[in-house]
Amino acid sequence: MAVRRRRGPGTMRLEPRAQTPAWLWLAAPVGALAFTLVVTSLLVAWAGAPVARAYALLLQGGFGSRFAWTETLTRATPLILTGLAVAVAFRARLYNIGAEGQLYAGALAAVAVGGLHGGVGWSLPAWLLFPLMIAAACAAGALLLLGPAWLKLRLGVDEVVTTLLLNFIVLLLVSAMLDGPMKDPSALGWPQSVAIAEPLQLGKLIERSRLHSGLLIALALAVALAGLLRHTTLGFEIRAVGANARAAAFAGMPVAAVVWKTALMSGALAGLAGAVEVAGRAGYVTLDMSPGYGYSGIVVAMLAALHPLGVVVAAVFVAGMLVGADSMSRAVGVPTYIADVIVAVALIAVLVAALGVRWRVRWR
Amino acid sequence: MARVGALAARAVATDAGPLLRLTGITKRFGDLVANDGISLELRAGEVLALLGENGAGKSTLVSILFGHYAADAGSIEVEGRALPPGEPKAALAAGIGMVHQHFTLADNLSVLDNVMLGTEPLWRLRSQRAAARERLLQVAQRFGLRVEPDARVGELSVGERQRVEILKALLRGARILILDEPTAVLTPQESASLFATLKQMVASGMAIVFISHKLDEVLAVADRIVVLRAGRAVARLDAAAATRSGLAEAMVGRAVAAVARERRAADSALRVVCALRDATVRQAQRLLLDCVNLEVHGGEVVAIAGVAGNGQQALADLLSGVLALDEGTLEVAGRALAARPRAWIDAGVARIPEDRQGVGAIGDLAIWENALLERYTSRRFARYGVLLRERAIEHAQRIVERFDVRGGGSAGVQARTAALSGGNLQKLILGRALTGSRYRDVVPTLIVAHQPTWGLDVGAVADVHRRLLEACRAGSALLLISEDLDEILALADRIAVITRGRLTQALPRDEWSLATLGLAMGASDGGAAAPRAGHDAP
Repeated sequence: MAVRRRRGPGTMRLEPRAQTPAWLWLAAPVGALAFTLVVTSLLVAWAGAPVARAYALLLQGGFGSRFAWTETLTRATPLILTGLAVAVAFRARLYNIGAEGQLYAGALAAVAVGGLHGGVGWSLPAWLLFPLMIAAACAAGALLLLGPAWLKLRLGVDEVVTTLLLNFIVLLLVSAMLDGPMKDPSALGWPQSVAIAEPLQLGKLIERSRLHSGLLIALALAVALAGLLRHTTLGFEIRAVGANARAAAFAGMPVAAVVWKTALMSGALAGLAGAVEVAGRAGYVTLDMSPGYGYSGIVVAMLAALHPLGVVVAAVFVAGMLVGADSMSRAVGVPTYIADVIVAVALIAVLVAALGVRWRVRWR
Repeated sequence: MARVGALAARAVATDAGPLLRLTGITKRFGDLVANDGISLELRAGEVLALLGENGAGKSTLVSILFGHYAADAGSIEVEGRALPPGEPKAALAAGIGMVHQHFTLADNLSVLDNVMLGTEPLWRLRSQRAAARERLLQVAQRFGLRVEPDARVGELSVGERQRVEILKALLRGARILILDEPTAVLTPQESASLFATLKQMVASGMAIVFISHKLDEVLAVADRIVVLRAGRAVARLDAAAATRSGLAEAMVGRAVAAVARERRAADSALRVVCALRDATVRQAQRLLLDCVNLEVHGGEVVAIAGVAGNGQQALADLLSGVLALDEGTLEVAGRALAARPRAWIDAGVARIPEDRQGVGAIGDLAIWENALLERYTSRRFARYGVLLRERAIEHAQRIVERFDVRGGGSAGVQARTAALSGGNLQKLILGRALTGSRYRDVVPTLIVAHQPTWGLDVGAVADVHRRLLEACRAGSALLLISEDLDEILALADRIAVITRGRLTQALPRDEWSLATLGLAMGASDGGAAAPRAGHDAP
């Protein structure tokens, strides 16, 4: 008897794979990358630029020279920190979308402690003031996440909404501070804060570049966080609560305390990103000091599958794309937005590939 | 209404051939062959029972029949016409209706709305409620399925909801009705009433596929029986010629020895391990537990029987440290315990939750991590906040070995817990609860087991029962909350029945019969709508 077979849209089904074949572990990321290249090639061609040359320029601009590497790593530094902030929070299913705001809060706090006038005015020795400045930045970022964490735990308010909206509030606060108490009088009316004291600024890692020792802080924290998640009871709690909070609570884990601790860590990491940007780059806060590092941190964390060491790799990739796109844009006139598109397409492709590793798509 | 009329007419017209014919249905999931060349025929006017253990392939087979899955091989014919595979719509159009084990009703809509849902095109502005209502009442009356069209489904008892599901299928013109484990949620009396309805339906020319793993009810309701085992149809027989033991053997593939135990006489000299006095728990305005009194002694098994949704969850949560009392007192080994799971674990209470995947374990973590879940703060497994992995893994390996947890494969205890089957997961949870942090077994003061063998195959059930009884022999008290009367009758020393949050006195097992248990369970069934179409005493 002939069986009619029809194929059509809307009859797709995901079935769990009993086992993932070995070739797929390799094919999934390669496929994701290939898909990204194809899609973005179309866009580059559409913009009227030679595709191969554009890609060559992109890679060269991001990774092709000593200068390119220093620029990429400079950009990657805050991305690693915000990426870690997001990764640790997401691991515990605390969806912190507020790294951007926490970064600015950290930057403001750094200036408040380390900027003499327009700050608290403490003139302490640098060896004392520097840790105070860092601690203040971490505290500011962490405090900013405590409100949403409290609302989530006590009232069940969705932290995605509260953390996201806090970003805009913080930006307005920054704006008020830069035009008010923290305003740098010598900035010719430009909305810019006073600078932190000279000795508080982070040293350069490489001469005649912008690369600063903040990178080392970020790398150290990535390693520390990876160790924490894998080897400590707190890390075990975070992973358990994130994977299944009900089961974790049933087994006697202090779920609320774990969420609190995670919120403190996540906010502190994002706040630290702000302090490191201030201390390592300009020395002061401007309204555009972050081109969305907080939001890109989400992308970085997702690309890294929420693994702290993966965050480092993903941050360098994203930063390289952003830096490379700048030079590509100058050379062949493709808009720099192409970098955002590449990163976004890569994210989607990687997420789909990760899905494909675990699940099988059945068409019927 | 025209549909129901046509239904009878068609039934007469198709007397000649089988209504439904499955030929060589095969379905694989990875390495697992869920259905292996199953063929069967269904004639109008008969009830065909699909009997098999959990995992025998019953659900896969009906999912293929209803178009949820497409078979890898084989074909389905309805009245001689091929049914396109993997299309629920086509199955519906061919007159196949399905009542799932877990109902697919919208709780916040009325019975009528639920029945109409999806039957009307979206672009029609006015829905034809009056006509639909008329039809609903007619069909309901014809088959003796009493319902109140305007009642909210959320307020109905489980038995009533099942009626709504059946009516939904009938009003969509079903001539072949598939019922997946329909009695799992019913009292014995409700089951009897369902069986009467089914007989009436087949008498009017319909055909019914009845899926179950319970021998007695299959013998009671079916005309023919097909036994599935490991994806194959291993026996086909007429119900009249079938015996209980023959069916059991066909189902399991070997002779089955039932679990039996020596029962203890009620002995007031035994120490009271757990005492509830006037325990009351409220949620919003509802009473989840209403003045519950219960004492459990060391070494005895007290079982709580009842139809699903009568307060069992609240009782289990209360005795697991998840839920707090609103009124009354609760003591374990003479001490009041706070509503924190940690306090209960530390007091030596072993807790087996009903929902293994959702509450008992964390699927995304490794097996060794789940084995550690209740004990990771112990000084044996952590120093200064650092996990001692080697020791934890060793601990898990011991549990896996002692409790015979299989399925980790080559990864052993490093494998993801989600890879374990239900039975093995339950053994892991049991092992975790019954193994102390030092390398020796603990004898829990109290074991609270909520549906500990739900959905497990016969082998795993026997294993779980054996472990629980062993612990009891060593002195633990076991509180068994179960909806499976066979299990309760096999294990319990004393039985109490829970209905609408109230608990009867816990009487010795021998003072109960199946009939008295059934009556107590049905005393005021599940939902809040008791006075309405509530009970069907047979």
